[in-house]
Amino acid sequence: MIRRPLRPLARILRARIRGEDPDKIEAEARAARMRSLRAAEKRRAELRLWFLAAVFLAAFFTVGGKMFVLATTEAVEPVASVNTSPIVNQRADIVDRNGAILATNLATASLYANPQEMIDRVAAAEGLAQIFPDLDAADLLRQFSGTRKFIWVRRKMSPEQQQAVYDLGEPGLQFGPRELRLYPNGAFAAHILGGTSFGREGVYAAEVIGTAGVELAFDSYLRDPANQGAPLRLSLDMPVQAAMEQVLAGGMALMNARAATSVLMEVDTGRIVAMASLPDFDPNHRPLPPTSGDPADSPLFSRAVQGRYELGSTFKIFVAAQALESGYATPDTMIDTSGPLVWGRFRIRDFHDYGPSLSLRDVIVQSSNIGAARLAAAMGAEAQQAFLAKLGLLDPLELNLPESTHSRPLTPPNWSELSTMTVSYGHGIAVTPLHLAAAYSSLVNGGLRVRPSLLMDSPLPTEADRVISPQTSASIREMLRAVVSRGTASLGDVEGYEVGGKTGTADKPDPQGGYYDSRVIATFAAAFPMSNPRYVLIVTLDEPEDTTGTEPRRTAGWTSVPVGAEIIRRIAPLMGMRPNYSELAPVVLASQ
Amino acid sequence: MKNLLYLCALALVLIFATWAYQVNYRTKSEMDYVSTLQREIAQERQTLAVLRAEWAYLNRPERLRVLVEMNFADLRLMPLHSDHFAAIGDVAMPRPPIPDDIDGMISDMVDTAAHEADMNGDEP
Repeated sequence: MIRRPLRPLARILRARIRGEDPDKIEAEARAARMRSLRAAEKRRAELRLWFLAAVFLAAFFTVGGKMFVLATTEAVEPVASVNTSPIVNQRADIVDRNGAILATNLATASLYANPQEMIDRVAAAEGLAQIFPDLDAADLLRQFSGTRKFIWVRRKMSPEQQQAVYDLGEPGLQFGPRELRLYPNGAFAAHILGGTSFGREGVYAAEVIGTAGVELAFDSYLRDPANQGAPLRLSLDMPVQAAMEQVLAGGMALMNARAATSVLMEVDTGRIVAMASLPDFDPNHRPLPPTSGDPADSPLFSRAVQGRYELGSTFKIFVAAQALESGYATPDTMIDTSGPLVWGRFRIRDFHDYGPSLSLRDVIVQSSNIGAARLAAAMGAEAQQAFLAKLGLLDPLELNLPESTHSRPLTPPNWSELSTMTVSYGHGIAVTPLHLAAAYSSLVNGGLRVRPSLLMDSPLPTEADRVISPQTSASIREMLRAVVSRGTASLGDVEGYEVGGKTGTADKPDPQGGYYDSRVIATFAAAFPMSNPRYVLIVTLDEPEDTTGTEPRRTAGWTSVPVGAEIIRRIAPLMGMRPNYSELAPVVLASQ
Repeated sequence: MKNLLYLCALALVLIFATWAYQVNYRTKSEMDYVSTLQREIAQERQTLAVLRAEWAYLNRPERLRVLVEMNFADLRLMPLHSDHFAAIGDVAMPRPPIPDDIDGMISDMVDTAAHEADMNGDEP
């Protein structure tokens, strides 16, 4: 910048010539310089202000713009890392002990209609009625004709049906994803698996919740994503369960029984290998609970877990075990069996007259009511209650099934001396077949009380669970073997498997009071092989009647025992049990 | 000197900005790829689940039983029975091996027999 002098010589000289004050010129120049300086400063200040305003404006626009973008776009979760956990099903599978699938999921679809988007409502209604036989075309058309924009057509359907709906080519029919619980084996183990239904339901998803059986009992486990889809492993064995259901159904038909149930249990652990209750149902289409009539007549009723029956003479072995354990008797102690035994207005009879006395072993083998009643009465009501309680026969099942909460045994309200006598041969006390299985397991496995379980990792009984001594257990085994080898269950002798067991035929109680004359519950409680028992099998038939003879036979020895024997014949080889034909017959030698 | 320093700093900022930009976009594309893969895995799992369900459905005991009965003429499958178990002792011992020169041994024996017959003066 060229600096102009404050006193330019030319102008000063000229002013001097004219006689003016040259200082005025200097003052003028000084003022002009000041003016221009001030103007420049003002410009700079303005520029700063503009710049500041622009910066603030830009900042506000940035924030405002970002807010606008956030407000107008779909929210996306910021992803810092990719989730590496495996994709887990909504509900874990249920498998048997060998990993065979008992329940799994199938991705299917639900179907809903938006009539406003439909092209041809009549064709859509007729097409749907053809694909789903339970839908009515006229009914559908009426629904489609309204002003509604959303109509459920199907909650679930198979992939084939979905394809058929696709093929209708109707844009007004739309699908929502649904996970369908599938039981690939049909009615197999229906009462154990239970069933599922949809819980909270939306268009795009639906909750699958258990409604019964293990599906309900382990609902939180099956739905817990923390398990990473690990299947629930049950103690069931699929081939064994299938064979048992087949034989039991055949036996039920042959014996003209109304219903049947059977339980196969590992004696050392209490794990249930197979458990069947007939009639059964298909858990894929679980029927609705009955609203009228006896709930026990419904196929949903699990007879093995919920059915409390007086199981008759199968209870006599408990009296024998109690007598042996308390030292009151030995297997050879003679018991007075002269009858009939009269108690007040009540008379206890035997099926046959067994003479004045039998050894304790033969009371069991011949199944003498009088002998068992006398023995129980002599030991007293309290001792009997205490012993049965130790075996778990007075408490509800500690089983992981929701149905087992209804399994509290029915016991005499007032445990009198008469009750003691009737309970000794299994009347006046009603327990479930599973109770009986657990109690028999506890007696024959060496004396440790087992608790029934459906899981493979159930805790094993320890010495703290001891009910009877190993010696008593051995005597019980010998007696049970004798019942089959020469007693009331002789039809149950499966060659090579040393079956032992006890029959029980109990008159059915009449709801009107008293007992029916010709309707019985026939039970066979068996264990095998008797030299080292591994399994206990309970077979119970409801109102069986063998009509092959000249007159109908209803006792367990003619009905439940052959069915039980056939079950053992089928399942023992399936479980890899080698037959043992070299059985010495100590039982036969030691008795008589 | 000062200006050079500013220039260098600016250049560094540009370089790092470019690098960060590229890394950011590479990461995003990799994450997209991973989620694509995971979608594929989910799809495959779904397929696997369907196949397993179908396998279980085809192998249900009821169906196998019907198949066994239908094909009884060809397969002759029977329920497993206790007779199907055998002891090791029931298995036959293997025969002793046949010697290699069995023909030579036989002809030797024939010769010996013929020779003995000659010695005894019998008719050959």
